[in-house]
Amino acid sequence: MDEAAIDVRGLSKSFGGRTVVNSIDIRVPKGRIFGFLGPNGSGKTTTIRMLCGLLTPDGGEGTCLGMDFRTQAEKIKEKVGYMTQKFSFWEDLTIRENLEFVANVFCMNRVSERVEKALKGLGLESRADQLAGALSGGWKQRLALAACILHEPEILLLDEPTAGVDPKARREFWDELYRLSEAGLTVLVSTHYMDEAERCHEIVYIAYGDLMAKGSVEEVIAKTKLKTFRVGGKNAAKVREALEGNPAVATTALFGEDLHVSGTDGEALKRLIAPQASENGLSLDEVPTSLEDAFIYYMNRAKEN
Amino acid sequence: MFSRQRIKGLIKKEFIQLKRDRPTLVMIVMIPVVQLLLFGYAVNTDPKYLPASVILRDDTFLTRSIVSALERSEYFRIAGAVFSDNAGDARLRSGKDMFVITFPDGFTADVVRGKAPSVLIEADASDPTSVSGALGALQGIAESVIAKELKGPLADLAAVRPPFSFTVQKKYNPEGFTRYNIVPGLIGMVLIFTGVMMTAMALTRERERGTMENLLSMPARPFEIMVGKICPFIFIGFFQSGVILFLARFLFGIPVLGSGGVLAAALLLFITCNLLLGYLISTAAKNQTQALQMSIFVLLPSLMLTGFMFPFYGMPEWAQYLGSCIPLTYFLRIVRAVMLKGAGFADVAPNFWSLTAFVAIITLITMKAYKKTLD
Ligand SMILES: Nc1ncnc2c1ncn2[C@@H]1O[C@H](COP(=O)(O)OP(=O)(O)OP(=O)(O)O)[C@@H](O)[C@H]1O
Ligand SMILES: [Mg+2]
Repeated sequence: MDEAAIDVRGLSKSFGGRTVVNSIDIRVPKGRIFGFLGPNGSGKTTTIRMLCGLLTPDGGEGTCLGMDFRTQAEKIKEKVGYMTQKFSFWEDLTIRENLEFVANVFCMNRVSERVEKALKGLGLESRADQLAGALSGGWKQRLALAACILHEPEILLLDEPTAGVDPKARREFWDELYRLSEAGLTVLVSTHYMDEAERCHEIVYIAYGDLMAKGSVEEVIAKTKLKTFRVGGKNAAKVREALEGNPAVATTALFGEDLHVSGTDGEALKRLIAPQASENGLSLDEVPTSLEDAFIYYMNRAKEN
Repeated sequence: MFSRQRIKGLIKKEFIQLKRDRPTLVMIVMIPVVQLLLFGYAVNTDPKYLPASVILRDDTFLTRSIVSALERSEYFRIAGAVFSDNAGDARLRSGKDMFVITFPDGFTADVVRGKAPSVLIEADASDPTSVSGALGALQGIAESVIAKELKGPLADLAAVRPPFSFTVQKKYNPEGFTRYNIVPGLIGMVLIFTGVMMTAMALTRERERGTMENLLSMPARPFEIMVGKICPFIFIGFFQSGVILFLARFLFGIPVLGSGGVLAAALLLFITCNLLLGYLISTAAKNQTQALQMSIFVLLPSLMLTGFMFPFYGMPEWAQYLGSCIPLTYFLRIVRAVMLKGAGFADVAPNFWSLTAFVAIITLITMKAYKKTLD
């Protein structure tokens, strides 16, 4: 196996008696990009905070970059870039001052040179002296990203880094991530965007504190054993109503005029949908199960437990 | 262990943030100015026509002339004559009179014999500032009477030494808290007020804005963060003290008699002490409201128990005991001694050690209380 940048086992945390992270194992090899998925409140942020020493875990052991993440948090911090979910840079400092501050706290040399380079990379040279608080939401995200890779960390922990960022900037951001990961940077990125999850080398899926699945996107989808059918045509929405609540149906979703129906028992599902489709004069064919279908399937299953 | 670059970066950040925080800046400048003007002018009023009664045991041209000179000075309003010491005391105690003026038996005869007797003036000094103007005028009154009455054959009497004098006996407040005394206390109050309040907000503000998470995820050590947070306010503290001392000097003519160096050292210790106390509050407070409440909790005992409002040695023993656990007590002693009595370092050294101990202890507690995590 490759050398692991993050390797923790049995990570647990509870708040006031409620378990929020329940004995999770995460192993991220060096230079890989791991996606961290899960519904709201599933414990992603909490897990990431424990990894970078911001929360004391109730249980668990392991290493980050070969250092014990429980006892050597201070050392680990020097080599980790953490981008918080909520914008957490100083709104009453300018863009440049924020970057300079980060550079100084990380004791970097050639501060102004690096700051200028980061500003250029962001395309913010002309607005460098604007207060960070005056930036639009998407630009704040981009500033935060630039600031947390400024000190050239070895691990990046990104908590929904592209929330509210436009598609072009998002693509540029991912290009940058790939470039950095090729150079050896390890990334753990939480996201609610399926397309971003598909860009990751591997994903980890947690729901309500429990780790539900991990592996490549294909593996995670395959593990659900879901079969998906597409019903196409004018009245697909009607079919959906008819299928509602049927135990053979795991998820349904409308995509424009198409209806996607997934279930674990493919044969039973087909037998159920076929009459509905022909009755309404709709097309019916099997399509690959999407990550989103898998995501919702896992979420519902976690709720049942 | 500690990185200079990091500490500089942290200090710079705080300075920039402070620079952009208009309301706070205004407060920093206005508090000492307003306080001093308020106290200064409130106590600087020079009240006239203060009620006085006279015990006249020697009724002659001279004593009558002195009484009328007192009235002419406009400071004294002679309400009437009383005939016993007890009656005089009672009037003073009840606040009917602020002065009782006693001419002893054989006063005039003693003047003529060159025995230089004195007129006893008992003053109600519980409101020292209002009687101080009147008492200050006594010298001039005596001189005018001497010039007017002791002419001709009596003129020689004035040549050698003053033929008579006033003896002032302050009652109820022998230490005489005057506006001289108020300046050291004012410096202390302003420093506590701004120092504790400002730094009490330091971390709570970061927490409320969500920037604490970011700060904690960076490799800045608690001590470095603390230094960054309190440094700007050390300058602010000196600035405020400077403003008060400057205004006190030029508006009210109150100089610093002792060494500026000793005063500066005391200021440095006391300012640091307050800032650390505020910082300790901010490590414990959940939000700014809590921080404010806790600051007031620090502020009140400093007002009451340190000799700022009431003379320290006039308090009951338990209160003195509590008072000696408050840094302001020691600061006041140093500054009063240095400013008003011209004391040197050796005179006030024990107070310095106490302040130093406070700084060390609060730093230790703060470092213990500081949470490196969000939970
Ligand atoms: N400091 C805290 N005190 C108490 N409960 C907390 C605290 N922080 C988080 N929680 C709870 O822990 C659970 C997990 O929260 P967490 O922020 O880790 O979820 P998340 O996966 O990041 O969600 P999202 O996708 O919405 O960001 C939530 O139910 C939340 O209410
Ligand atoms: Mg989150």
